[in-house]
This record gives sequence, structure tokens and C-alpha cells, in this order.
Amino acid sequence: MNELLAIIEEQPFFEDMEPEHRRLLAACAAKCSYTAGTRLMRDHEPTETFWLIREGQVALESPLREGSVAFQTLGTGDILGWSWLLPPYRASYDARAVTDIHTLRFDAGVLRERMEADPAFGYVLMKHFAALIVQRLQAARLQALDIYSHGGPGHGA
Amino acid sequence: MAPDAVATLPDQAMAPEPWRIHSVRRDVASNEVFSWTLYPEPGVEPGAAPAPGQFNMLYLFGVGEVPISVSAITDDGGIVHTIRAVGSVTRAMQDLEAGTVVGLRGPFGTAWPLEQPRGRDLVLVAGGIGLAPLRPVIHAALQRRSEFGRVVVCYGARSPGDMIFRDELDAWAERDDVDLRITVDRGTAAWRGDVGVVTQLVDRGGFDRRNTLALTCGPEVMMRFTASALERRGLKPEDIYVSMERNMRCAVGFCGHCQIGAHFVCRDGPVFPYPVMEPAFRVREL
Ligand SMILES: Cc1cc2nc3c(=O)[nH]c(=O)nc-3n(C[C@H](O)[C@H](O)[C@H](O)COP(=O)(O)OP(=O)(O)OC[C@H]3O[C@@H](n4cnc5c(N)ncnc54)[C@H](O)[C@@H]3O)c2cc1C
Ligand code: FES
Repeated sequence: MNELLAIIEEQPFFEDMEPEHRRLLAACAAKCSYTAGTRLMRDHEPTETFWLIREGQVALESPLREGSVAFQTLGTGDILGWSWLLPPYRASYDARAVTDIHTLRFDAGVLRERMEADPAFGYVLMKHFAALIVQRLQAARLQALDIYSHGGPGHGA
Repeated sequence: MAPDAVATLPDQAMAPEPWRIHSVRRDVASNEVFSWTLYPEPGVEPGAAPAPGQFNMLYLFGVGEVPISVSAITDDGGIVHTIRAVGSVTRAMQDLEAGTVVGLRGPFGTAWPLEQPRGRDLVLVAGGIGLAPLRPVIHAALQRRSEFGRVVVCYGARSPGDMIFRDELDAWAERDDVDLRITVDRGTAAWRGDVGVVTQLVDRGGFDRRNTLALTCGPEVMMRFTASALERRGLKPEDIYVSMERNMRCAVGFCGHCQIGAHFVCRDGPVFPYPVMEPAFRVREL
């Protein structure tokens, strides 16, 4: 537990959380490693987990695109998975370990119960995930703008 | 404009000097990005060597003149410029071969602020062709490596095939004193690196928020989101610098072509502290 807490404490994502809230998170976490090629999430399948990637690379892929071309990759320090937050608790893309990865795996089903029972904790965690989702949404928008293309937006000249 | 101000415009500043293209390097399969190594023709007395961040006006006789940042400085007085063919002048430049003489005036503008207290972390965030103006900073930082703390280079390109200076990127990736992070907006089946916008490389941190100098260059929208990501990581806005682009004519602060608010990009920039340009990033269709 102390080791898990120490890992959580050094992660920017959990920064500025109360020690008591970090302890709640640590109680739902476990160290978990996966070999390259492992599918961590499958589009449309139920998911009750999120991961903090401590080392390695994960590719997010959409089954709607041909072949397995990632639309985004996640790496060290990134959080994988937010579908556990809202019904129907199903993944909306595939996630595949590109390299061997080391993670903290969180039991989100249990976490959700804690969030319901302790609304202050629930609000804090929701706020952290909302910020993460906004960040990813902005990134996706920027990616869709194709800013490096000819005459792409944002060139002052 | 006051008459005495007109009188102080030095003739020298407007007269291009002949420089010869010694070699041409083509980086991208489409030939859209190319680098020239230029040397002054005999009889030309080059002025001060350009500093990283400064630009020259390159003149193609009979076609036109464009501002282009310095992409490298050679030990023997040569200057490298990296150009992306986007319009009438740069497309005409695209086909020139080694041996051609072009006009050059400069260097102009402000430099990246590399004279900082020793030991600061240096974070460089480049998007697309924006790697070229930051490249001499990387060269300088590697030459003076002990003066900096961590050196983090984040580079975002459109696709793996659009990446420039692949050989140098490979060499920097080999070094354990440079943290090189590369991402592409659009991956391919063969691409094993990161996919996503360059700001997500900044979000991964790995530098000291209280003691970091961050320099960014690329499309304005990318610089704006990069600055937000850096601020999110705890950097103060005044520790962030951006390099701006505007159409230019005189390049010496006389014609007003390059104005952004009260600032002339040619004279007060192109490198600006982020807080000075932050309001401009919020104006639509400047
Ligand atoms: C200080 C400074 C430093 C610069 N450094 C570099 C550099 O190192 N390398 C480099 O390649 N360019 C650089 N530029 C940009 C370069 O000056 C312009 O791309 C060039 O002036 C375009 O001239 P043109 O006649 O070829 O295109 P124009 O005929 O003037 O433009 C044709 C079309 O291209 C679009 N366009 C213009 N500029 C850009 C752009 N930058 N990106 C995408 N589309 C554009 C225009 O909107 C227009 O639709 C710099 C600009 C400034 C102000
Ligand atoms: S280009 Fe003339 S004032 Fe800047």
C-alpha cells in the first residue's frame, strides 16, 4: 500500500489531491505489467478499469479505421481509460500495448462506489478526469485541424 | 512618418548582397522542404554572424523576397536556411540548384534568449517546419551542454514522411543528455513512435517547472496550445518564448507590414516573450 501511495504521489495527474483521497486511490490500485501486443481495452466491451502508464507505450486504435493505425498513443505518466466513469461503461476504442508496459491498474468499479459514498472525493476525481478529457478533446481538435498542411490554419505569414 | 525617421533608414539595410548556394538538401519526399547552405560571393563583407532565432531576407532576382530564419550556422561563415515551398517566391526557390546566386540581407530581428542563468532546464517545442528556427538552439545547447539542466526537445510533424532532419533527430535520440520526443498527427502502419499532437509531449513533463526556459516555434495555433500546456505544467508565462511570422517588406521597422498591435515582428521579434504575444493569439484572423 505504501509503495502504491508513493507511486501515486509522484504522478502529476494526482498532484494537488488531498492525502486522504490519494490513500483511497491507492486502496483500489495494483501494479500490473503487460507484454507488447496485449489488448487492454476493446471497443464496445465493458470496462471497469483505468490505468496509469508508468513506463511504455499504448496505442489507441479505432476498429472503424482499416488496419491497426493508431489515432493516438499514450506514454509514461499518461492515464488510460475513462469509460468506467459514465454509463454504459463500455470502451469506445481499442487500446493495445505497443511495448512491454508497466502500469498501476485501478479497480474502477470499486472506485465508483467510493465516489458515490464520499461525494467530496467523487467531485475531486471527476474534476481531474474532466480536465483530462478536455485536454484530450482539445488535442483531438488540433489534430483534426491538420495544422501543418499547406495553408493550414494558424500561419501568421 | 516623421521626415527625419525616413532619413535614418540605412541604404545598406535594403540592398541585398550576393550569396551563392553551395549545397541543397531536400528533406521531404515531395521536395517541398529544402535547405540551402549559403556563402557570400567574393567581395561581400558579411556582417555579424546571425544568432539563433534571427532571420535573413532572401531575394530571388526578378521574383521576390521572403524572410527565412537561420536553420544552422557553419564553422566557416556559411549560413543554412530551411525553406518550405508554399507560394510564389518559395516555390520558385524550390528548383534552384547549387551554384545559383541569390540576394541576402540581414541578419534581422531578435534572438532566442539563450544567455540564461546556468543550470536551467531547456524545453524546445517545434511543430512542422518550426524545427528549422529552433535547430541552431539545439546545436548551441549541445555545444554548451553543461550550462543547461535537462534538455527536452519535443517535435511534432504531420506524418512520418513529413519529418525533417531525420539524420539529426536519430543522432539526438542516441544521446542520453537529450530527451527527444517525437510525435506525428497521422501515423502509418509502419510508424512505431508516438501519434498525437505535440502538446501531449509537453503534458508528460520531465522538467523543473520552477527553473525551465521554454522556446516554441510552429503554426500559431500550435504555439498557443503549447504555451497552455506549459502553463498547465506550472511554467510562468514569462519563461516561455514564441517565434512569430508575418508578411514582411522592409524588415527594418519602417514599412509597418509586419505589425502585430504595437509590435513590429521584424524589429521587436520574431522571438517574443509569450506574455507580449498572448493577446494576439486570442485575436481572430489577425
Ligand atoms: C521571421 C520569419 C521567419 C520565417 N522563417 C521561415 C523559415 O525558416 N522557413 C520557411 O519555410 N518559412 C519561413 N517563414 C515564412 C516564409 O517567410 C513564408 O512562407 C514566405 O514569405 C511565403 O512567401 P511566398 O511568396 O512563397 O508565398 P505567398 O505567395 O506569399 O503565399 C502563398 C500562400 O501560402 C500561404 N502561406 C504563406 N506563408 C505560409 C506558411 N508559413 N505556411 C503555410 N502557408 C503559408 C499563404 O497564406 C498563401 O495562401 C518565416 C517568416 C517570418 C516572418
Ligand atoms: S517589415 Fe517593414 S516594418 Fe517590419
